[in-house]
Amino acid sequence: MADDVIKVVDAKGLSCPMPVLLARRAVDEVEAGNVIRIEATDAGSKSDIPSWTKDMGYEMLDSEIDGPVYTFTIRKT
Amino acid sequence: MPDPDSPDKMTIIAFSGDLDKLWPTMILSSTGAAYGMDVTVFFTFWGLFPLVDEDVRFTGDNAMTKMLAGMNPPGFSRAKLSKLNMGGAGKWMMRKLANQHKVAPPEELFAICQEMGVKLWPCQMTMDLLGIRPDQLRPGLGEPAGAATALSSMSRSKIQLFI
Repeated sequence: MADDVIKVVDAKGLSCPMPVLLARRAVDEVEAGNVIRIEATDAGSKSDIPSWTKDMGYEMLDSEIDGPVYTFTIRKT
Repeated sequence: MPDPDSPDKMTIIAFSGDLDKLWPTMILSSTGAAYGMDVTVFFTFWGLFPLVDEDVRFTGDNAMTKMLAGMNPPGFSRAKLSKLNMGGAGKWMMRKLANQHKVAPPEELFAICQEMGVKLWPCQMTMDLLGIRPDQLRPGLGEPAGAATALSSMSRSKIQLFI
């Protein structure tokens, strides 16, 4: 059940740098191995969230674009 | 594992008290903290006035420093634009636009920086020069520091910025 998303970050409507800041806050609140989802509409998050995920050493499980909403599913390691 | 090439320490010298320069300072420092970086912001010269508690009407210990304080009202909310301030109209428009685009204002990012453990150091020399007492600064700051402390932090940082 490790792949269950246990926290969803709603950063829709918020501009840079809030999606990354809220993502950080969320990973601080979960355990290593947990999966979180980040939803954002800021076009900058398309590159910001993946680069942050990579630099933090977390695992990007899925990223998708649904209309204006970018959704990232990330496992904290 | 975190990317070994990702920077682990950033030091920003916040020299300007202008709204349009405080903003990127706060964006980068909060984002650095979100990256897990050890972030230090050293507030010096005009950059010190935003740290003065907004309830403090006047800082300064003589006519000149009081006059400077009068031209640099305390707090983030009163910071002016570096250009096109137009007596505050430009600043108002910038904040209104930011609000419409849900861009967090610098005071909110500052609070996030504090929450995330960003080190916020006032410059001791500027405090002496401008007659700003420690009790006139907002709470939650680091100990006032000097140029050597700032340089020491910069020399250990992969990212050093002067804004």
